[in-house]
Amino acid sequence: MAGSFGAAPLPDSADVVVIGGGVVGCAIARALSRYELSVVVLERSPDVATGTSKANSGILHAGFDAEPGTWKARLNVRGAQLYAELSEGLGIPRKATGSLVVAKDAAQMETVADLRHRGIDNGVPGLEIWSREQVLAHEPNISPDVAGALWAPTGAIVCPFLATVGFAENAIRNGVRIITECDVTGLDVEDRQIVAVRTSGGRIATRFVVNAAGLHSGEIARLAGDDSFTIKPRRGEYILFDRSVGQLVNTVLFPTPDKVSKGILVSPTVHGNVFIGPDATEIDDPEDKETTAGGLAGIIAGARRIMPTLPLGTAITEFAGLRAAAGKDFVIGPSPAARGLVHAAGIQSPGLTSAPAIGEVMVELLQDVGLRLRPKASYVPVNPAKPRFHELDRQSQAELIAADPLFGRVICRCETITEAEIVAAILSPCGARTVDGVKRRVRAGAGRCQGGFCGPRVTAILARELGIPITAVRKDTMKSWLFLSRADLEAGEGVHA
Amino acid sequence: MMERVVHAIQCIGCPIGCGGEVIVENGTVSEMTGFTCNKGLAYAAEEVVAPKRMVTTTVRVSGGGLALLPVVSVTPVPKDRIFDCLRLLRDVSVAAPIAEGTIVVSDALGLGVDFRAARDIASVQ
Amino acid sequence: MREMSYDVVTIGGGPAGMAAALAAREAGAERVLIIERDRELGGILQQCIHNGFGLRRFEEELTGPGYAHRYIEMVRATDIDVWLDTTVLAAEPGGVITSVSPHAGMTVVRAKSVVYAMGCRERTRGAIRTPGSRPAGVFTAGAAQRMVNMEGYLPGKEVVIVGSGDIGLIMARRMTFEGAKVKAVFEIMPYSNGLTRNIVQCLEDFGIPLYLGHSVTAIHGKDRVTGITVSQVNDRLEVIEGTAFDVSCDCVLLSVGLIPENELGRAAGLALDPITSGARVDQFRQTSIPGFFAAGNVLHVHDLVDWVSEEAAIAGRSAARHARGELPALGSERSVTAGEGLRTVVPQRLSAFEPGKMSTRFYFRAAKPMGASLLQFWADGVLAFERKLRVVKPSEMIVADIPVRKIGDAQKLEFRVVPAPEKIEAEDEIEEEA
Repeated sequence: MAGSFGAAPLPDSADVVVIGGGVVGCAIARALSRYELSVVVLERSPDVATGTSKANSGILHAGFDAEPGTWKARLNVRGAQLYAELSEGLGIPRKATGSLVVAKDAAQMETVADLRHRGIDNGVPGLEIWSREQVLAHEPNISPDVAGALWAPTGAIVCPFLATVGFAENAIRNGVRIITECDVTGLDVEDRQIVAVRTSGGRIATRFVVNAAGLHSGEIARLAGDDSFTIKPRRGEYILFDRSVGQLVNTVLFPTPDKVSKGILVSPTVHGNVFIGPDATEIDDPEDKETTAGGLAGIIAGARRIMPTLPLGTAITEFAGLRAAAGKDFVIGPSPAARGLVHAAGIQSPGLTSAPAIGEVMVELLQDVGLRLRPKASYVPVNPAKPRFHELDRQSQAELIAADPLFGRVICRCETITEAEIVAAILSPCGARTVDGVKRRVRAGAGRCQGGFCGPRVTAILARELGIPITAVRKDTMKSWLFLSRADLEAGEGVHA
Repeated sequence: MMERVVHAIQCIGCPIGCGGEVIVENGTVSEMTGFTCNKGLAYAAEEVVAPKRMVTTTVRVSGGGLALLPVVSVTPVPKDRIFDCLRLLRDVSVAAPIAEGTIVVSDALGLGVDFRAARDIASVQ
Repeated sequence: MREMSYDVVTIGGGPAGMAAALAAREAGAERVLIIERDRELGGILQQCIHNGFGLRRFEEELTGPGYAHRYIEMVRATDIDVWLDTTVLAAEPGGVITSVSPHAGMTVVRAKSVVYAMGCRERTRGAIRTPGSRPAGVFTAGAAQRMVNMEGYLPGKEVVIVGSGDIGLIMARRMTFEGAKVKAVFEIMPYSNGLTRNIVQCLEDFGIPLYLGHSVTAIHGKDRVTGITVSQVNDRLEVIEGTAFDVSCDCVLLSVGLIPENELGRAAGLALDPITSGARVDQFRQTSIPGFFAAGNVLHVHDLVDWVSEEAAIAGRSAARHARGELPALGSERSVTAGEGLRTVVPQRLSAFEPGKMSTRFYFRAAKPMGASLLQFWADGVLAFERKLRVVKPSEMIVADIPVRKIGDAQKLEFRVVPAPEKIEAEDEIEEEA
């Protein structure tokens, strides 16, 4: 079966159906794609990583935080290792920044020492307790009233969106079909065995279903009569700063954690920005991604405790992500209600880090419930490299333009992104279908002008490459059309394709 | 019977933006205060009796490097006919090449107002 | 990779770049080049289809494209080289410019003088940190203006405008003309930043309400915008509890400020004025990098394109003189300060005057609206020159010529705007720079 990506017709059947195209679903799909199996991923949005996977801290945690013996602990450490091995080959930007858990007083120093011991139990290498002087030497802009910190050299940062795309593209190259704009409406169970998935686009027969539906994984479970867990969305707000202040911080800075969350961080991003956040607020609506005045004020206050000289004037955007919280640990394992249904649910922090490890474990779990695995001879574990124009030296840039003139047209001037890269982002196996999809793949529109200059141009390129009218181009979600024509407005129509 | 109406008028003739009053008695302007130049006086008098505005908008272009041609009224349009003019212009399409200054609509709606091209648009081979 | 040499290169082919190139050529620079990233010259003027341009420069009221057309014709009549669809990646001290285009590939240009004329960008929703969701339908007013006026697509049909600067007011009228319903304009300050004529002909003419002292506190909508929440603010711009109300709309246009686009300069180590966000320049418009000049919106945000053309001509002439080695080297310059009542002054430094120079022109922005005022020049703490101003608005640039003899050898140069003791009937005329 050839791999594919898009709002395509649903096949009649598949060996395995993965519900959810976030980082977990795509990592699972990739893990399955090394076997002779027909694998279909169902994603309700027009793109992968539109839920929690695109709005998180982008941190590959070292693994000291999770309680020993839990899925979180085991999969965090294994996942961090896998990213170190796989990132380059899959085109996932990753930086080994290390991380610091900052202590402000003696009590916090004790907590931090406990974290170190927990980390050792979890198998995390290289953990050290640093003195105030050591911390200040490494992070000159940190608050001078720091007492010390836990240094975790294996902590790293990654682009969570490109991680998802990296897994997804590799899965597609190895035959997985990712069907977008496809909403799961039912699970057919006969004699306590999964037999099919019902969707907005029809019915697909299958005996193995992976529930990786993130914020909606509780609802998916209930479609099979499984109410063994509930997802409580927990919102975290972020502020992202301009790349020009990238020198402010060198490593991921955590405050000493409390019982609820890891706390409000100050961290670099893999693209050279700095962010602060997230806070943690329980909400009811799994689609409510509004930032709030109180939330933003709170994360500014929290971040200032670590970094008092935060340059608020260089903020470029604010956003909120929702954690799919199920309880103390991940919900990973077969459903008690239906054979063949296996959950990868409640994947909050360290979910991004754990994703490739969840993929490995899911293969075993599916095998345990009867999936036959025959390794695929044609499996290719890596993606072809994509040139990033702005990272290259002048000679290489000149050669790229000579080979493809569209490298000579700069569309996003804030980040120096060329038309050739945007076209490649649209035409690649897991290609962009929306303006934000282009932004998340190649950074056009992610800079300080936030698409003010390049937005109309990216919209025109999408329309051209996808063969659709400008009025059909969407920003991000299924119904997020950007423009209407004069004729539509006169006819009393709203903004819709 | 004498009918006396006092209109407060903000002049838009230049960036200073003088404000003044125009007093209309029995349908004609009898007095004006507060305006400090002839352009302002002329604008204020007309604004009360028969307000007019310069109108700028776009019309469609075929065969050109751009989809739209900006056009401007050569003389002001009566304020209450602006939307009628815009409706007329919405149905106008010109063929490239077009030269700046070309009259694309003459005597729009019989008002004696022409609309001209505000720029060149070259044709696309 | 091509390599080429020019005497003067302008980065940007909008009104500033064109005027600078023309002035450089006229002042005797032999090889002059304009590098423009768009497919045509004219810059931002091409999307400003409204009129009000050129009253000073051409003594006619022109549209933006009409003003651009005049300059494009002038450039065409010369042998100035124009590169379109070409982006400058870097412009390094010493005048080494690296540019790329699809048709010519990568070119390294060696220029004796460079004029920054890149204009500015719009302040974003993210920079003002408006909470809420991030649905489709939130645009900066200028980006929407381009789509409406040049591509022919509308950003929405029920519009709310944030910010009462001229771009927002112009778009209120434009969207109304295109058949949309503009529900309101919200301005956080207690006064509008736009020209009074625009309040009349863009808002009052169409019954569009202007809410002063109001801030948009949230944007709502999951796919498209569905509405906003607004609150009144106090004189410290803080939200007044209990005044919030919602307005339904499907489009939010932001007109909340312009920022000079100095990324190329920053990369080259340019000294910037933190208030204008543009380069610190002397009266020749030379920046802290020898041979690099700046003019137009990239130097400080202008309100009238006529001043842009004039300022760019200064920069172009200076660039030509520098290319011939005739401009005094950067050395002991005196600083110029924007004092009481003023926010910014350009130029921020004075280099040695040429012999015979009679006066020099300064451009100012006031800090707050005032009535009848006096623009004062203080040289070493002594009032040396005064000019009457009928009315002062932050949105309108103040331009004044100061006689060189009044500046003399003073080291501490400061400008102030103070309330006038009595009403002023007529302003002093602006003298031509001698």
